[in-house]
Amino acid sequence: MSGHSTYQPQSGFMKWMERRLPIGGLVHSSFVAYPTPRNLNYWWTFGGILSFMLGVQIITGVVLAMHYTPHADLAFKSVETIMRDVNYGWLLRYLHATGASMFFIAVYIHIFRGMYYGSYKEPREVLWILGVIIYLLMMATGFLGYTLPWGQMSFWGATVITNFFSAFPGIGEPLVTWLWGGYGVGSPTLNRFFSLHYLLPFVIAGVVILHVWALHVAGQNNPTGIDPKSDKDTVPFTPYATVKDGFMIVCFCILFAWFAFYLPNYLGHADNYVPANPAVTPAHIVPEWYYLPFYAILRAIPNKLLGVLALFGSIGILAFLPWLDTSKVKSARYRPLYRQFFWLFFAVCIGLGWLGAKPAEGIYVVLARILTVYYFAHFIIILPLLGIFEKTKPLPNSISESVLGSKA
Amino acid sequence: MTTVSSAEHTRRDFLYIATGAIGAVGAAAVVVPLIAQMNPDASTIAAGAPIEVDLAPVAEGQIIKVFWRSKPIFISHRSKKEIEAAQKVDLGSLPDPQPDSARVKPGHDQWLVVVGICTHLGCIPLAHQGQYEGWFCPCHGSVYDTSGRIRQGPAPANLPLPPYAFVSDTKIRIG
Amino acid sequence: MKRIILALTLAGFAAAATPVLAEEGHDTPQPPRVKWSFSGPFGKFDQAQLQRGFKIYREVCANCHSMQMVAFRNLADAGGPGFSEAQVAAVASEYKIKDLDDKGEAVERAGRPADYFPSPFANELVAKAANGGVAPPDFSTLAKARTYERGFPWFIFDIFTQYQEQGPDYIVALLQGYVDAPKDFQVPPGGNYNKYFPGHSIAMPPPLQAGQVTFDDGSPQTLDQYTRDITSFMMWASEPHLVARKRLGLQVMVFLIVFAGLMYFTKKKVWSAAH
Repeated sequence: MSGHSTYQPQSGFMKWMERRLPIGGLVHSSFVAYPTPRNLNYWWTFGGILSFMLGVQIITGVVLAMHYTPHADLAFKSVETIMRDVNYGWLLRYLHATGASMFFIAVYIHIFRGMYYGSYKEPREVLWILGVIIYLLMMATGFLGYTLPWGQMSFWGATVITNFFSAFPGIGEPLVTWLWGGYGVGSPTLNRFFSLHYLLPFVIAGVVILHVWALHVAGQNNPTGIDPKSDKDTVPFTPYATVKDGFMIVCFCILFAWFAFYLPNYLGHADNYVPANPAVTPAHIVPEWYYLPFYAILRAIPNKLLGVLALFGSIGILAFLPWLDTSKVKSARYRPLYRQFFWLFFAVCIGLGWLGAKPAEGIYVVLARILTVYYFAHFIIILPLLGIFEKTKPLPNSISESVLGSKA
Repeated sequence: MTTVSSAEHTRRDFLYIATGAIGAVGAAAVVVPLIAQMNPDASTIAAGAPIEVDLAPVAEGQIIKVFWRSKPIFISHRSKKEIEAAQKVDLGSLPDPQPDSARVKPGHDQWLVVVGICTHLGCIPLAHQGQYEGWFCPCHGSVYDTSGRIRQGPAPANLPLPPYAFVSDTKIRIG
Repeated sequence: MKRIILALTLAGFAAAATPVLAEEGHDTPQPPRVKWSFSGPFGKFDQAQLQRGFKIYREVCANCHSMQMVAFRNLADAGGPGFSEAQVAAVASEYKIKDLDDKGEAVERAGRPADYFPSPFANELVAKAANGGVAPPDFSTLAKARTYERGFPWFIFDIFTQYQEQGPDYIVALLQGYVDAPKDFQVPPGGNYNKYFPGHSIAMPPPLQAGQVTFDDGSPQTLDQYTRDITSFMMWASEPHLVARKRLGLQVMVFLIVFAGLMYFTKKKVWSAAH
């Protein structure tokens, strides 16, 4: 991490500490002196927002775990005890439940920002892949967490998702039984899901540290996609980036509070206020909104195994993005064609999300198939070809030139 | 960067201080629910409501144990001998001097109601044991007399009295 | 291009959503919107309404529907029906609670404020057997457990209007939705035709009739009033801290907007040095 040598410990204690554990220098070089491109726009604040949300989820989650009971007979009741009797329990639970959705809103913006500005390209491939791993871990954590209230959607969501693994020929059935710890989803399943739901956020935090490390080695991308060339192109992280991130975190909290206080159940399902009943499946099993595009891909394919593979493939393909996009130019700002395909891809993802919430019948299936094909074509056909055939716009000479005009 | 006039400097400092102060207030407010959630919840508090105990079935010389707010409450139906032993003690010799009359309700000398938790480190003393025929704590050897007062051992204070009152001659309400 | 795609997407949604709405409209009508005292950012429960609702629950609904997660003491909680401690104790003592005596024998004793509302049936199987194979749902979370499909674009508008009362609206509509079955509709045995129930055949017979419950506060003893009162009570039972939540929400919102404003100017000041 650059700028390490500039750190001058102020107090005697920090001088003493610096020779033994240079944590002051580490913080200083990573979050104070660290040079950030001066032209970062507000889309770049979502990394900070995501760190904040991870903290919120871990703190509220640890606190909720003090009151929650992972047992099939008691889970629903313990959640209701949190909602009714625990001091501020309703607040903590609603923050945690809507917080999950806020986390995903932020991560989707973060991912699409990376795609738009080509932040996955050399030398940031590892940074991007670590991000894909974090996203996968988030999806697993979110799913496990949604099981815990043990309502109808919890139970049947867990049943459907664990049945993905029954698609694998030969090992499928024993694998699912192993996941359940029984002959169906039940108390053993719930208990292990709780354990893993508690574990994974800390794994996420660990990968986030690697993600930030990789970021600070490669340096941040920026809207022009060209590297900083001189000190004029950058500003120190503190105070510039910290105050900007801080401002956006507070703005994001307004959105968060709007949902947590006024629409706490908007992003959930009414069926999850019905206690889990293994004898009755709800009329419409729909996952949380953040899984809907992938759910649509799963259902678009009429073969069980292929559907599950397509589902995993649709996320896995993101890891190969740095090599599928063959263009030398990073930012969509200078790639007029890519920019259009980016927005088309964005619309396709939204469309898949909408289809995921619709019943799998009639016109919806046809649409889902078309959009699924397009989703994969974007990565496998469009991006590799674009890099070859696209005529890009001229890049500015430096970041400061693009910000201040050529007079700088 | 141009030089900043002192008036502008003050305005800027004020803005920074105001922002920092508001942020600190927000952070402090967030801590409130995080701390409050560890206090007993509403159902626990409701379950700690007063209880009534019927004393009629308790024979003379018998000690019963009831639970109130997760604590064992000893109700001792004391014999004449036990009452006399409790009243005769020289208060000066007690580590925690308290006359027996202050430990029972007037006119109900035969009923001693104490919280059955050793004041040393929270174990439950055994009834009718120890050299004073009161209670003996097996954990660290504290000895209590028939009035529940500490006589020997490491415990610093007498067995505490729970809040209670006689509803009738044979019924008490604890809490 | 961006705009064109956006426009096409929206148009696509609208086109796809319209036939769906029409189709659903033919099948099960959307419940009409009811004006609730507890809707919106300043919403509060109407104490008198909750008390009337409780009376209806006690005299009518409780014969079949349990409410296991609500305790008598909750009737005195802030933001609720506003009964006094003494009233709660009196209400509780009218109920018989199953308990064990000192010797482990099953006994029935008078209820205490800390007790939970006893269920009308010993267990779910008994409830099922006594009600034609379908156990009457528990009231504790029922108002939040029912909803209806809003469809595009209404579900987006709901974010801004804070419309969260799909459950209560549906319940009111359901309770008033017992009408004669259309000629071509064959009501299965044990079923009752209901306009708003998905599939139209509901096991519950019409539970409320005008004049059935006597109100002491002079409110009209009509079906319309009954259904709104009981639903309001059910919403409170499902979300007892709704009033506290909305009040704290308002405070948090004001705080965050002020804080965001200050952060904005701080950010501007800090960045002014960089340009």
